[in-house]
Formats: sequence, C-alpha cells, structure tokens
Amino acid sequence: MKIVVLVKQVPDSGEERSLRSDDFTVDRDAATKRMNELDEHAIEAALQLVEEHGGEVTVLTMAPADALESTVRKALQMGPDRAVHIVDEAIHGSCAVTSSAVLAAALRTLEWDLVLCGAESTDGRVQAMPHMLSERLDVAAVTGARKITVSGGEITVERQVDDGYELVQAALPAIVSVWDTINTPRYPSFKLIMAAKKKPVTTLSLADLGISPDQVGLSASTSQVLHAAPRPPREAGVKVIDDGSGGVALVDFLAAEKFV
Amino acid sequence: MSVIHRRYGGVDRFLPTAEAADLLDLTVEIADRELAPAVNAAEAEGRFPREVFRTLGRAGLLGLPYSQEYGGGGQPYEVYLQVLEELARRWLAVALGVSVHVLSCYPLATYGSPQQREKLLPDMLGGELLGAYSLSEPHAGSDAASLSTRAVRRDGEYVVNGVKAWTTHAGVADFYNLIVRTGGPGAAGISCLLADADTPGLQPQRPERKMGLNSSPTAQIVFDDARVPADRLIGQEGQGFQIALSALDGGRLGIAACAVGLAQAALDEAVSYAGVRHQFGRPVASFQGMGFLLAELATQVGAARALVLSAARLRDAGLPAGVEAAKAKLFATDVAMRVTSEAVGVLGGYGYVTDFPVERYLREAKVLQIVEGTNQIQRVVISRALTPAG
Repeated sequence: MKIVVLVKQVPDSGEERSLRSDDFTVDRDAATKRMNELDEHAIEAALQLVEEHGGEVTVLTMAPADALESTVRKALQMGPDRAVHIVDEAIHGSCAVTSSAVLAAALRTLEWDLVLCGAESTDGRVQAMPHMLSERLDVAAVTGARKITVSGGEITVERQVDDGYELVQAALPAIVSVWDTINTPRYPSFKLIMAAKKKPVTTLSLADLGISPDQVGLSASTSQVLHAAPRPPREAGVKVIDDGSGGVALVDFLAAEKFV
Repeated sequence: MSVIHRRYGGVDRFLPTAEAADLLDLTVEIADRELAPAVNAAEAEGRFPREVFRTLGRAGLLGLPYSQEYGGGGQPYEVYLQVLEELARRWLAVALGVSVHVLSCYPLATYGSPQQREKLLPDMLGGELLGAYSLSEPHAGSDAASLSTRAVRRDGEYVVNGVKAWTTHAGVADFYNLIVRTGGPGAAGISCLLADADTPGLQPQRPERKMGLNSSPTAQIVFDDARVPADRLIGQEGQGFQIALSALDGGRLGIAACAVGLAQAALDEAVSYAGVRHQFGRPVASFQGMGFLLAELATQVGAARALVLSAARLRDAGLPAGVEAAKAKLFATDVAMRVTSEAVGVLGGYGYVTDFPVERYLREAKVLQIVEGTNQIQRVVISRALTPAG
C-alpha cells in the first residue's frame, strides 16, 4: 500500500515560543525548529503498516526551505522512501483552511491509499486538518487513532476517546490522524541517516500545484489574529514563615483549595 | 576544510562530516532517553542492560569504526570516540561495553581472511551480537606474553584448556576472542581464536564482585577441553600477540574516551551542585576557592579530550598512534580519577552518599587506570618511545 505522511515543522515545544510582533504569526526565526512530535508516531505507524503489507511511504510537508534539514531529512531518517516539500514564500501566514487547500492539491498529484498525520501540531493545535482534507478530497477522515489495522481495502481504527476507545471502520483511501499512544517511534539508525541523504525530495511551488499566491497567505486567511500579548509573568507564591503556626496555615491552605 | 560545529551539554564538538554530526545527534538523543534514566537502578541492582545494547546495535553504534562493506559505520576514530564519550557521560559501563565490543571485532576485521570476514563480520557489526575479549589470565596481566591457556590443534579443531580472567561480558557475550598459546613460550607461541559463546567446554564463571561497573559482568572463563573449529584461527599461528597489542591501541583510545566522558559527567554534577548549594548566604560556586577548583577541573577535562582526539586523528591518518594512544589513556584516566574525587569533595557529605552519582563515578574511575593496560604500562610504552636505546 502507498502511504503519505503529513509532517509539520514546528518551534520546539520544550523551549520558549513567541509570535512575531508585526503579523502575529509564529516567530520561526527565534525558535529551534523541529518535526512536530506526534508526526513521528504517524511515520512509525506508516512504516509498521508497510512492513506488514508492503508498499512505500512518502513524507509530505509544507514549510519554509530550512525545513529540509530540520524536518524532511529527520523524517526520512526514520525510514520513509521519499519526500515532497512544498516551499513558497507566499504561503507564509496561511490559516488551516488555506493550508488544507495547498496540501490537498499536493495530495492530488500523489498516489496513495492512506494519509497519516499527527492528531495535532504542537504550535497550532487546531486538530482539523484531516477533516478539511477529507472534504476537499472526498475520502473518509478518522481522527485520534491509537491503533490501525488494514485488511482488504478497509481500515479499522481504535479511536481514542476520554473514557476508552471507539472502533471506526472506513474504506480506503482514507485519512487518519494518530495520538502518541499508537506506538513508540523508532530511533533512526546510522545507516538510515546516511541513506536519507540520498532519498529523493521533490520540491513543489504553488505554481506547480496550480495555486495562485493570492489564494494563500496571511491576506487570504479565513481567520486573523488581531492582537496578541505575552503571557503575564507568574505571580510569586505565598510564603509562610513558620513561627509555630505553620501547620495551621498549611491545613488552612489545603482546606481553601479543597484538598482536605 | 568544512567542519560542523555542535554543542552538547556545554561541550563544543567539531565533526568532520554532516553524517558525523547527525550521528552525534542520534547518540545524544539515545543516551538521554535510554541510558540516563536507567543507569542508577541498573548499577544499584547489578543488572546487565542487554536491551540497551540492542537499542545501540540497531541504531548502528556497535560497529562504527569498521568498514561499511561489512556493515560497519565507516567512521574515523575521531568520530567514534566522541560517540563513546557521550555514552560514557551517561553510563560508563555501557560505553565501556561498546568499547569492548568494538575491540572484540578488531582481530577479525583487521587480520581475518576475506572468507572469515564475509561469513562472520556482518553479524558481529550488525548490532544483535555482543563480543568479549579474553587476553588476561589470573597470572598473566601486564606480562601478557606469559599467558598459559593452551590450544592444541587436533582433527580440525583447537582444543583449549586453561583459565582467562577479567573478561568483560563474560556469560552475556555471543562471541569471545581468545588469545591462547598454540606454540612454545613467549610472544611467538601465541595465537588468536574466535569462539562462539556456545562452544562446548567454554565456561564463564561467577561474576566478580567489583568496586564499580556493577551492571557489567566481569568473570573468569574456564576452558575445559573447549573445542574451537580450526577455521576460527584469526591470522596465522604465532601472530596472536601482535594482534592483541594492535587491538589494544584502539582499545586504549576507547578507554581514554570513556574516561573523558566520565570526568565530564562528574564535572557537570559538581558545577551544577556548586551553583545551587548556598552557604554563608551565597552559592558555594561564588567562593573563589570553589570557583578556582572547578576551573582547574574543567581545564583538565578539556585537555584530556584534546589529547584523546589528537591521538585519534593520528590513527585516522594511518600513522603509528600507539604511543599517543598510551599518553591519551594515561592522562585521561588520571584526569577522570582526579575529577571524580574532587567532585565528591565539592558535594561534601552529599557526595559520599548514593543519592548523588558522584560516589559511583569515583568508584568507576579507578578501573579505567587499570584496564586495557595499566597506567604504569602506558608509561612504559611512552618512555620506551622517548628513549629507544634505553
């Protein structure tokens, strides 16, 4: 089977992240960029399915040119066969809806039975990409998978919900997003790291996809950030000097917070 | 020349290729995620972490300095040793295990026949197998040429009898390099055999109770009519001592890199503690006595690293590097001894209890001055090179 995995370059969620002051988009220049963590689980799921059923895995990303090393090569180091990288400065500031138009156009140029992606990205956290692509491409979207099985042109997904899981089936082709509960992503091996340098990466522009620059970007976005302010610093905690009444103060605090 | 700069936990590294930089990234990621969280419990329980070696093997870290033709990583020692150092910074016993495994692949990779290499080397470098290296004996340590384990060729086999000592990975290894006596006395009577772990008569004994490195089994191996096929002779009969010494040049660099990693770990711990420990109303690091001590230790660690990498580059250039490897081993392991000891002092009482790792570092450092040729033997090697006539 042919699987396309959507991967996204995000600012490292372990570090301080900020928005640009001019257009309130993510300040990519200030951030350490990496592949969205959940996307590693999507790649692992794809590799496992291909190991079981045969086939090939293509990584698809829409990101600035510097994502080639930080994200595309890192993804290929895990084992996928090739990558498609959509690069176009006009894409900067695109909302989820316009992004989905670009990704859908790219997916139309590829052969696939299954599209996998992370359930959310650590920067946008919109969680809606599978649904948007599903509408545009007229295939099923199944979100939040913790297990995927493929059999006879059909996919069965354990869809993670708060109190357990739902069993969802869909005909292929389909789009499935995954949570980190689905697997433990493999480490790349040194051999795969070296092999990844030689794997084909196709770069596509908006023109290649037949999309005009005015259909994307900040100005075409369906949502707009009007104002942003840094999170206020945390207030200092209350300090109790134990002059013999510390125990009482502690119990009072716990009672006030309804811990006791 | 383009070199790539990376900084890992305050240590600047220059890597010769983009692949090498990616390799170090991968090493640090695995070390942080798989080694660092597991080391304390495994060392306290004395449990050998076979699964950690599998992870390292699958990532390709068990055959780095060997040819890609046979499944190795094709990396220069300059890169391989920096990998070892980052592993040792998290878990010395694992890094030492990697060094021993790499050492145990050396005789076959360097002296094996093409047929032997083709048949055996890919599995040994592939990551699923683990090797051991048996040279020392209870009564033959620094004077290795006096070893007495005997192998007698009979009906297409070598029948081995004797006792090997201090074998790392004894009982958990999949293959053993045996340096044995096939001929008369002295170095000329020594040969190298490669034996499988399930060789009948190859009997690993109870692991030694050691001062440190408790997760790594070290034991004697008794050979009681152990039968090793004759086609497992590596090199020629009588070439074993030369093979053993040549292997140890690389092994010494491995130990030296491990020592730098251990010393760096102790320094990291001391610096971190001195920055948060307050006495007399301020961090103890802000007292000049403490600051100067830490400065001294940091300088020693940096110098040790530079010496190790300098010897590695000599070796990578195909030049004789034995003497420089001896200097690197001598200096780096003495630095590790000093830095770990001072780190215990920096932490004071906390340094002496097992809640902090520095007491373990101190116990672990000592063995590095002993293995792969004691530091006195390194001095012999260096001094002989300085005064060849003497």
